[in-house]
Amino acid sequence: MTPLAGFLLVAALLFAIGLAGALTRRNAILVLIGIELMLNAANLNLIAFWRYGPHPEMLTGMMFAIFSIAVAAAEAAVGLGLVISIHRHAHTTDLDQMNRMKG
Amino acid sequence: MQESISFTPQLAVSPITGILWLIPAVPMVASGGMALLKQARRKTAANLAVGSLSISLLLSLVAFGHVVGLWMGGQTAREVVNFTWIQVGATNVDLGWVLDPLSAAMLVMVSFVGLLIFIYSVGYMEHDGNFTRFFCFLSLFAGSMLGVVIANSLLLLFMFWELVGLTSYLLIGFWYQKPAAAAAAKKAFITTRVGDVFFLLGIVWLFAQTGTLLFFNHGAGSLEAGALSALLMQPAALGLTAAGAIGLLIFAGAAGKSGQFPLHVWLPDAMEGPTPVSALIHAATMVAAGVYLIARVYPLMQAGALTGGTTTALTVVTWVGAFTAVFAALIAVAQNDIKRILAYSTVSQLGYMMAGLGMGGVAVGMFHLITHAFFKALLFMGAGSVIHGSHEEQDVRRMGGLKDKMPLTFITYAIGMLALCGFPLLFSGFWSKDGILEAARHWTVARTPFYMLVFGALLTAFYMTRQVAYVFFGESRGEKTAHESPKVMTVPLAILAFFAVALGAIGTPAWPWFRVFLEGHAASFGMQGFNEPGLMLLMGTSTVVVFLGLGLGWMIYGGKSPKAEEPDALERAVPMVWGWLRDRLYVDEVYGGTVIAFYGWWGQVADWLDRRVWGGLVAGVAGLFAGWARLNRFLDTNVVDGSFDKGCEELSSSGGLLARVQSGRVQSYLRIVALAIIVLAAILIWSSRA
Repeated sequence: MTPLAGFLLVAALLFAIGLAGALTRRNAILVLIGIELMLNAANLNLIAFWRYGPHPEMLTGMMFAIFSIAVAAAEAAVGLGLVISIHRHAHTTDLDQMNRMKG
Repeated sequence: MQESISFTPQLAVSPITGILWLIPAVPMVASGGMALLKQARRKTAANLAVGSLSISLLLSLVAFGHVVGLWMGGQTAREVVNFTWIQVGATNVDLGWVLDPLSAAMLVMVSFVGLLIFIYSVGYMEHDGNFTRFFCFLSLFAGSMLGVVIANSLLLLFMFWELVGLTSYLLIGFWYQKPAAAAAAKKAFITTRVGDVFFLLGIVWLFAQTGTLLFFNHGAGSLEAGALSALLMQPAALGLTAAGAIGLLIFAGAAGKSGQFPLHVWLPDAMEGPTPVSALIHAATMVAAGVYLIARVYPLMQAGALTGGTTTALTVVTWVGAFTAVFAALIAVAQNDIKRILAYSTVSQLGYMMAGLGMGGVAVGMFHLITHAFFKALLFMGAGSVIHGSHEEQDVRRMGGLKDKMPLTFITYAIGMLALCGFPLLFSGFWSKDGILEAARHWTVARTPFYMLVFGALLTAFYMTRQVAYVFFGESRGEKTAHESPKVMTVPLAILAFFAVALGAIGTPAWPWFRVFLEGHAASFGMQGFNEPGLMLLMGTSTVVVFLGLGLGWMIYGGKSPKAEEPDALERAVPMVWGWLRDRLYVDEVYGGTVIAFYGWWGQVADWLDRRVWGGLVAGVAGLFAGWARLNRFLDTNVVDGSFDKGCEELSSSGGLLARVQSGRVQSYLRIVALAIIVLAAILIWSSRA
């Protein structure tokens, strides 16, 4: 097994854990954490493909990962802000009760 | 009214002529003010009415004095103020007012008699609930009548003429709760309208021929030499010149207003109005408007006459007048309503005036107009006093013996009655009627009008004696005790009675002041006026006629007090003739059988046409559209709506299906996203392997 396959397996595992968390948890914050896990799995892939790719000297994967982390930080900030505002409004963070926008 | 229009007098006029428009304007403005008053403000209304007409009287007297001054100074006493009212292209419609002896004399008469009647009305209408409205109409009437008098334009005269007609309608129908009054008002309005249509035709024709409706305009007016000779050159139908035809059309208007046969039918019915109205409008002023109109357009009526000759128009005026004089006097003999007798007497006297105008000229007719205005107003107001005093009784057969209970009314009434009969020497009516008979005697066309008028005089003396004998002599036949009227009513009676006697002084053959004043000669006093051949004989004849009438009347009716239910003394003698006269010679019935029946029939035809023909057409078209609409509705409900409803149902059910997916739960959306990614990944893997 090449080192790349190992990394990819870990990343896939991490993504699956994140997805499962996001789909099953009822608490909005835990869902956000699941989403973070999936993002980090993607970052791990970016780093792995860069390190074992044809041009490890060009730092492209690193750049992608840093961008992605910055976007994830912004997304987490917005997401948490929304959760706080919803909590203030509805006194809950349970996603199942936030179904007022159904069709 | 006129002050909003700027105008520049063509020539300098005296100040009084410049403000002559105030004479009609003041009462009209007062009337407008009264229209805004509450009904309860009786005193204010009465003060406004009497005050405004007093101002008019004052101005009229000043104007009269001014004209007399000019005349004494030997100048032509005619001043006009004209201004342009409407300008269309090169055509002007001019209005204006005129001050000359004719209008000045008429102004004084109208405002003076009017003022006395106003004062009398304050007493007569005291208990009426609509006192303020009454004075509002009365003032409007006085203003309009004064406007007719000063108008220097046939158009302006016509406007005021119609205003007079309107106020007459309003006042006859003043007690509109009474069906008879409402009907009489309508009848008066419609009957005079018949004459007015002809009058308007005459106005339009005159305007088309001469291009101006001004009477006098420094040589360019329609009554001045230039326009008249042009009118005489213009032939009309039936051998008449345009001047003659227009004159006849204008006379038709005058006949409507002045109650000449055959348009006299409205005047006796107009007695349904309050008695002061009868006195003011239907005795003294409005009915005189027709006579005044003929006097005003006299140059037109006379145009083309040779010296001592006459014209077709004047001949027609004479015959109509003379016939009306006898016709109405005959009917008056057999009437029992005190006001109706006076009404027919008025029609008869208006006939005298018209005949006087036709045969003797402006002065003869106008003198009788002025004297008649005074004594007829006196008689009407006396009758009002009698009615008031005997508790609204109007049937002369139910009165009697009032001379002791109402002495003041009796004395003044007797003076008015003697003036109307033409009692010799003392009373004004004698002189004015003599003037007309004198003119008739010299008329070159025929002698018949003279005999007719003498016969009329006999009848006048007879029916007035009958009335006075019934009302004031004999025993009382009324159910209630009569009482004398208040001072506010009897004082105007006394003043009028004075003038009914005194006015004769300005028109005797010895001192024919009024005639020379109107004709513009110099006056002179002298007994030689009586020296004219035949004059003494004529005066003797008319004296004999008057005494014959009085004597006959007294012989038949004097000192007796027949019951109301008994047949009249004359009825026993000639029942058939009496029946004709009592039924007013069937003129109303003839109109009912011809004109009104024709209109009724025509109305029915129009009704049938409306219902069947036009109505049918309309109903057919409407039915067509209704059918078309019903078809459209069927298509809409079953075809268009059906498919649309189906489509909507489809949309809504599929929407419901999709809506179930939109649960609003974030995680279920996420699940779908994950599922989709898995499917996509599966496809990708599967396709890359192949």
